[in-house]
Amino acid sequence: MALLEVKNLGIEFPMRREVLRALQGVSFSLDAGERLGIVGESGAGKSIAAFAIINLLSKPGRINAGEILFEGRDLTGLDDEAMRDIRGNRISMIFQDPMMTLNPVLTIETQMIEVLKAHRNISDNDARKIAVEKLREVAIPSPEDRLKSYPHELSGGQRQRVVIAIALLTDPSIIIADEPSTALDVTIQAGIMALMLNLCKSHDVGLILITHDLAVVSQVTQRVVVMYAGRVVEEGPTAEIVTHPKHPYTRGLIKALPQEGTAGKRLNQIPGSMPTLDAIPDGCAFHPRCPHADDVCRASVPEIVRVGNQFSRCGKANELAEENSL
Amino acid sequence: MNAAIRRFAQSNFMYSFGRDKVAMVSFAILAAFVILAFSAPVIAPYDPYDQTTIDIMDSEIPPMWQDEGEARFLLGTDAQGRDMLSTILYGTRISIIIGVCAVLMQMFLGITIGLVSGYVGGRVESFFMRLADIQLSLSTLMLAIVALAIFQAAFSAEAYSDMAIIMLILVIGFAEWPQYARTIRASVLAEKKKEYVDAARVIGFGAPTIMFKHILPNTLSPLLVISTVQVANAIISEAALSFLGLGMPVTKPSLGSLINSGFEFIFSGSWWITAIPSIVLIALILCINLLGDWVRDALNPKIYKEK
Repeated sequence: MALLEVKNLGIEFPMRREVLRALQGVSFSLDAGERLGIVGESGAGKSIAAFAIINLLSKPGRINAGEILFEGRDLTGLDDEAMRDIRGNRISMIFQDPMMTLNPVLTIETQMIEVLKAHRNISDNDARKIAVEKLREVAIPSPEDRLKSYPHELSGGQRQRVVIAIALLTDPSIIIADEPSTALDVTIQAGIMALMLNLCKSHDVGLILITHDLAVVSQVTQRVVVMYAGRVVEEGPTAEIVTHPKHPYTRGLIKALPQEGTAGKRLNQIPGSMPTLDAIPDGCAFHPRCPHADDVCRASVPEIVRVGNQFSRCGKANELAEENSL
Repeated sequence: MNAAIRRFAQSNFMYSFGRDKVAMVSFAILAAFVILAFSAPVIAPYDPYDQTTIDIMDSEIPPMWQDEGEARFLLGTDAQGRDMLSTILYGTRISIIIGVCAVLMQMFLGITIGLVSGYVGGRVESFFMRLADIQLSLSTLMLAIVALAIFQAAFSAEAYSDMAIIMLILVIGFAEWPQYARTIRASVLAEKKKEYVDAARVIGFGAPTIMFKHILPNTLSPLLVISTVQVANAIISEAALSFLGLGMPVTKPSLGSLINSGFEFIFSGSWWITAIPSIVLIALILCINLLGDWVRDALNPKIYKEK
């Protein structure tokens, strides 16, 4: 049985005049120690799916369908008390901007010890020892001194390392990382991603990596879920998806990478942009931007079909697979 | 601990203090007042609360630098023959105690209500903020006068004079909580959108921990600024109430009741009974307000004064 199983998850936002459906029928699973990427443009529903897992949807969002099974227990029905025990303890989360996620007026020490004390019955001294040990694991130099620092005394990369150390404090079984390297510059990014990959491997922690950066996904993850307009459009082993994408959207994403283009020419792009939630087209949500769209695509939402090891929500997945135009 | 002191000594806050002469002078005067007031039992030449040492024959002696002044009474005596210097020292102590304690009470009420309103929002927020609006539409003094008049009527004069300090603290403390509640609520609304609050929730902290340990420390600078203004306000309120005869009794005078007690003698030439405590009160309030101004500038990163 998978460690985390999201089944047919639906999330809606009741607004004044209509109900916006942010996620529809989203399913994916994560085994212990597995690394899963969730990819998509802004607004695809990646972050909402992550927040739903730890039951922190912002108002007025709510789960209207499906279940989230963590170690066989459905998280959607848990009360606040039970949820707090999982959140930050068994499932940690890392945010995009390390400038913002650390409390600016508390020392690193205070913030780290507090996390341990919230979830365990532990003395200050023992907590400090664990904190130092975790800081050392994320390669912060002289961790004892850094404990006394305030967040503004650290660089961006160091701060993200501290945030990762905080996420590791309680030895969680899953870390959800929401664009953990986006706010950092490219060299630091590579360092942080390599660090996360190593830590996940050595601690056997499951990782859900939310990003729009396919390069990062292909380096770090084993499987990938591609989302578009609130639905999963493609899922499968990372290596196969980046080399042989089956869904036209995934193809578009990969073609848009700079290395796929020819030097001196314009980069490829997917025409148009992601529809907003109140204007999701009928049929396949991607059809207005899809080069292969026909009347069938415009009429009904395609089912997920299996193509080899991959799953694709495209009516023409099999034809496209044979064509293999990439 | 030493590191904390060093960090404080080297902070921008202390640097700005060291460069601001107004702030330093105000602080020095204020510190002198506070030290003198709180060591009153040691340094005051007489004990104004001890009725046996007061001689009515000594009444209305002018300050010693006047022709009729006596060296025994540096600042003269009041209508009952009490030494003005000692009475002012004790009175200043009472005024400062009431001012600070009333502000502590305002802080307690205001911070709790403001944090909860800002963080929880919805009906709780509407309820408390409308309550604050209603209370702000009545003047502090009006509320205090009504409350104190009822207390005075309800208790005997004897009992009232014992409880006057506590009553004043409660009344002034309660009358001004909306100032704090609104300031805190505004800061909380800004802070709770920040990602560190999300991060704290993700870590699994409960609402009280997030409110008091994470958000509250981030709202400290506006708190500090209004606190200085509020201490000055509370001292003025107390003086006004005492001046109106609703505050400290004449037997245990605060600065306000001293000013009041001399008021009827001002036209008979005994100006010092009113004038000297008034100067003390004005100097005290002025110093606190000047310090408050400086704190506001020092804690606001958007203001860099060219000096």
